[in-house]
Amino acid sequence: MTQRIASYPGTALSEEDIERGHVLSVHDQLRADYAWDAGLAIGLYLDGLKAGVILGVRCRRCDRTVVPPRAFCEQCFAPMDAFVPLADVGIVNTFSLCYVTWDVKRIVEPLIPAVIDLDGTSPPAGIMHLLGGVVPDRVHIGMRVRAVWKPARARQGAITDIRYFKPLRRG
Amino acid sequence: MTHPVAIIGVGWSGFRPVTPDVSYKELIYEAAVRAYADAGVDPRRDVDSFVTVSEDFHEGTSIFDEYVPDQIGGAQRPVHTITGDGLHGLAAAVMQILTGRFRVVVVEGHSKASNILTLPHITAYALDPILNRPLQVNPLAVAALEACRYMHESGATREQCGAVVTKNRRNALRNPAAAYGADLRTEDVLASEVVASPLARLEISDHADGAIVIVLADAETARRLSPHPAWIRGIGWANDSPSLESRCWARAVYAERAAAMAYKMAGIGNPVEEIQFAEVDDTYAYKELQHLEALGLCAQGRAGPLTREGATAPDGCLPVNVSGGSLGVGHLLEASGLARVLEVVLQLRGHAGSRQLGDVYTGLAQSWRGVPTTSGAVAVLSNQLGGRES
Repeated sequence: MTQRIASYPGTALSEEDIERGHVLSVHDQLRADYAWDAGLAIGLYLDGLKAGVILGVRCRRCDRTVVPPRAFCEQCFAPMDAFVPLADVGIVNTFSLCYVTWDVKRIVEPLIPAVIDLDGTSPPAGIMHLLGGVVPDRVHIGMRVRAVWKPARARQGAITDIRYFKPLRRG
Repeated sequence: MTHPVAIIGVGWSGFRPVTPDVSYKELIYEAAVRAYADAGVDPRRDVDSFVTVSEDFHEGTSIFDEYVPDQIGGAQRPVHTITGDGLHGLAAAVMQILTGRFRVVVVEGHSKASNILTLPHITAYALDPILNRPLQVNPLAVAALEACRYMHESGATREQCGAVVTKNRRNALRNPAAAYGADLRTEDVLASEVVASPLARLEISDHADGAIVIVLADAETARRLSPHPAWIRGIGWANDSPSLESRCWARAVYAERAAAMAYKMAGIGNPVEEIQFAEVDDTYAYKELQHLEALGLCAQGRAGPLTREGATAPDGCLPVNVSGGSLGVGHLLEASGLARVLEVVLQLRGHAGSRQLGDVYTGLAQSWRGVPTTSGAVAVLSNQLGGRES
């Protein structure tokens, strides 16, 4: 205090107030629940994953096959309904060795997100997934990989029905 | 307007309470294909720019503008998204064309309201987090507070609000796209449960799923492509001071200002004389009355009595919400304003089927962004440039 001020107004902050989040921030939980309609194309894609099949779709006008399937071609705007099963094999288009998780925690063994161009598709049509069963330093662009599926019983019709893609040859 | 802009194509899909058979992308694609066929344009070749409207929390995706191009034909093209009502998007498209850099511009709006399981929670998050949210009041109460003050000052009665509901839901019976057509009596509305006084259940519009795509063009392109251009003679948008502590609770000041802007652009001095029919926001029944007065389509306090007398019915002197409005069509979130525009365009073309009004050439579309906002927009459209004579 000073000679002129005997005490400051207000309530003093303690370390505990800050640690417990009583001050400086507000915690709130928004209830945001969604039930997205997957629709025809993505619905078929997810059904296919449950059955252990990766479905693509063919645009007859553009003469190209893309995955995941969609009900229309974003290039020529024609409807697409020629759904085709694809091999679960492809090559790494691009990848990263990621040493932070999605919620920003440091990890020692990296997560390896990759875009995989499946055989029989027309670029750009790579699917975003993960690599596994590989020594991180050995991963390279152009590496051939194959899907590692969950057991049929455990599949739910979700992108995670494929656990990851692993090298065709020992990595 | 020296360089007029016209609507040359409209397309829609829906409107239904649920659309489990299609994703939002497939829903929008259907509307877009219709709009481009209607306008006679190829989106991959002829459209110069795309404007969409959406609200991230309604979609459940941050930065939702990244999810809009493919289904409207806008991949690798100029696209931007406005967090506002569809009429705000329409205003942006008009401005783009007025720059002279764009000839054909597309506006898209949609609703997948059925996919949002906790919509009241989402809406509550629009309230001020320090001053209002801690009170834990349902945001519907914001509309109720406004209805209370509006009815107090204007003299509007619950019966008059009930008449809005019966009219709009009956109008919707003649609109094949409407989700909530019904033949109700005013007593049914008044007897429905009070949700937040003075608002009863049937005075609150239900949501519907749907998508609307509108194609706009400059005058030269419009005349070349369209046998029935709907000219946007005036467009305006405005806000009140939006906080719950500073806004006007009785009048829709945003609609007054937006209308003044649109009327000035359109050269309309006497809207009562020059606007033949209107599609206005009726998210809640009292809103239609409040908005009609704000738009200067009747004197303060007269919207209620006129509605009871049938003046705003399809065969009245000022047909209002012949489409069924949000009460009859279903509230389409950000696409609601475009639903109002859609009906004005169909009426001006003579394409409104069994609900077609006779001999109409100038109509008005108005939107409100919903609770807790004081944000709205107005567009004046004509099927002839420069009024009836030209």
